[in-house]
Parts: sequence; C-alpha cells; structure tokens
Amino acid sequence: MSGGMETRLDRRAVVARLLSDRGETVAVSGLGSPSWDVAAPGDHPRNVYLWGAMGGCVAMALGLALARPDVPVLAVTGDGEMMMGVGSLAVVAAQAPANLTIVVLDNGEYGETGAQRAHTAPNAPNRADLAALAAASGIRAARTVTTEAELEALAGEIPTRSAGPVFAAVTVAPGPAPRAAIANALKDMGHGRVRTRLALGLSAT
Amino acid sequence: MPDPDWPLALHAVLAARGVTLASYVPDAGHAALIRAAEDDPSMRTVALSTEEEGVALAAGAWIGGGRSVLLMQSSGVGNCLNMLSLIRTGRFPFLTLVTMRGEWGEFNPWQVPMSEATAPAFELMGVQVHRVERAEDAAPTVDAAAASAFEGGSAVAVLLAQRLIGSKSFGEAPK
Repeated sequence: MSGGMETRLDRRAVVARLLSDRGETVAVSGLGSPSWDVAAPGDHPRNVYLWGAMGGCVAMALGLALARPDVPVLAVTGDGEMMMGVGSLAVVAAQAPANLTIVVLDNGEYGETGAQRAHTAPNAPNRADLAALAAASGIRAARTVTTEAELEALAGEIPTRSAGPVFAAVTVAPGPAPRAAIANALKDMGHGRVRTRLALGLSAT
Repeated sequence: MPDPDWPLALHAVLAARGVTLASYVPDAGHAALIRAAEDDPSMRTVALSTEEEGVALAAGAWIGGGRSVLLMQSSGVGNCLNMLSLIRTGRFPFLTLVTMRGEWGEFNPWQVPMSEATAPAFELMGVQVHRVERAEDAAPTVDAAAASAFEGGSAVAVLLAQRLIGSKSFGEAPK
C-alpha cells in the first residue's frame, strides 16, 4: 500500500465489471487466479481459461484477435504471467489488432505460490512498471488503472473492437481471492476450445 | 538437380491447405518462405519475440477458425517445450516447420546441443516428427503434415535438414 493513502481495487470486482458489458467479447485468462476471476461472474462459452502455458496468455489472445477481427478479444492475466511473456507486447504492437484489450491484474506478488515478491511489487524504487513496458513496446494505448473511474472507461472500450490494442495494468489488492467452482472448461481445454469455436459459429473441428 | 524453389512450393502447399497465419522467429533457411508469405495478401505474417509465442498464437488462432504455421530453427524448439503443454492439453491442431542447424557442416558449435535434442524434445511433448532430407520431398511432406494437423487434429513438426537448406544460406561465418 502506498503509505495507506489508497485503497487498491479488488481483482474479483474488477473482472466482474469488465465482463458485465462484454457483448460478443471472447475472454482469454492467464493461468492462476485470473482464470478464477474470469470464471467467478459465471462460466461462459466465450471464456477460454488457461491453467498452465505460463507466458502464453497474450500471444494466445493475439492469435484469436487476428483470426477474428470482427470479435472483441480480452486477455486477462496476472503480473507474473505477463512478465514471462513480456516480449509478446512488442508482437501485439507490431500487429496492432484494434479488437484486442490486454488487462493485467497487478498485485505485485506471485499469489499462487506463497505471495513471493514480484517485479512489480509496489513502493520498491526499482519496481517494473508494466504500463511503461507496454508503451515502450509500442502499444500506444497503455496505462495504469487505479480508480473506479478509470476502470469504467476501460470497460467501455473492450467491446468496441476499434480502440485497440489497449493495455491496462490494473493495480489490485494483494492476497488470495476465494476459489470459485472450477468450470469444466478450466479443467479441460479440449472441451473449452471446442465450445468457444461453436460459440463463434465455427465447426467443432 | 535439387529444386531450389522448394520454399515456394511449401508456400503453395500451405496456402492450398488454408493456412492464413505464418508466425516466425527468423531463420536464413526460412527466408524465402517468409518472403513468399509476406508477399501473399491472403497470408498474415507475425514476427515473434520468442518461439513459444507462436505455439500459443496457433492455439488462439485455431479457436478463432484460423489455420497457422510456426516457422523456426531448431534452437527455437527448446524455447517451446512448456508451451506445447497447451497444444497437448487442449488437443489443438498444430503445424510447425523447423529448419535444422547443428547437423551438417555447422560452423557454430552452439547450435549442436539443441539440434540433437530437437526431434526427441518434440516427441517427449507429443508432437509427431517428420524429417525432410531432399528438396523433392519437402512439399509432399509438408502437405501430409498439414493434412494430419488440420484434418486429423494432430500436432506435427516437419524438420528440414540442414543439408537440404545448404550451408550457403547461412552467410559468412563469424570472424
């Protein structure tokens, strides 16, 4: 906490808000807590959950966004997962998909594994700044989100398919969020990939 | 005489199989194929920062109805290993074409360890491996691999032997 001056956003509430006006959006969630955050408001055939493949969330969302420019695509991942695939931000910038929004839930720690200090840990003088990394990678619409008002603006951009690529590092409170019921699609990507294809009007194979 | 235009034949095969997305970490042996993909308005090329991005990209593209190919050299296969969990866990169709280094007249010893591990690494992660030694086999092998991937749902790698590519493609040895 910044000297106790701020109240950091709650990750579960942040994701619920971003998905509440999702429209046709396909959401791809990075391994760990972001997948539970995305599942918590209700499982959805346009949710694609990763529970492994660390570092691949943004690249996977990019593949989807390029294949379906008519569909808004939202990547939701954590700061640790993002750091492992941080080069993919430059790949996104070069491709410039207008329908892609990347949201990083930045709690500054590796929450899945015992809350070890992460590169983005707050108040460290040498902390990594994810929004600055995204901007320096060439994503012009890159920013840090710390307030409800900024969250509202972000939520409004996601379904437009025209604002991207957007990058938002949302500063969220540390600590575990309760585990929701595990969606079948989270346990079984083989099922999850097919149901999302069907939701997009494609054949199962 | 070997056909020097085999990379163009590979492009034609990929296009005929409906591949619209070609991701790559550049390799001299893939240069002609990358150029052909860039010149094809129906194919999008994606320059990666590391090869495992191409694995995740392929899975995402497939969910969106897109067929893709990942182009890399053998050293990049090692970068892909954990990301191949995504292909195996999700049973995604997957096609990659790998130019081999470290096996035929190689001037850079750093290429040898991953070269020797390339085929076993793919096999450990559940990816079928085909190998091409001769130019005339390149297009039919990639066509068969694409059929296995996109019609059969398999994960398939085609290794293009360093002897096929030719040492001239690699330019000058470091001084």
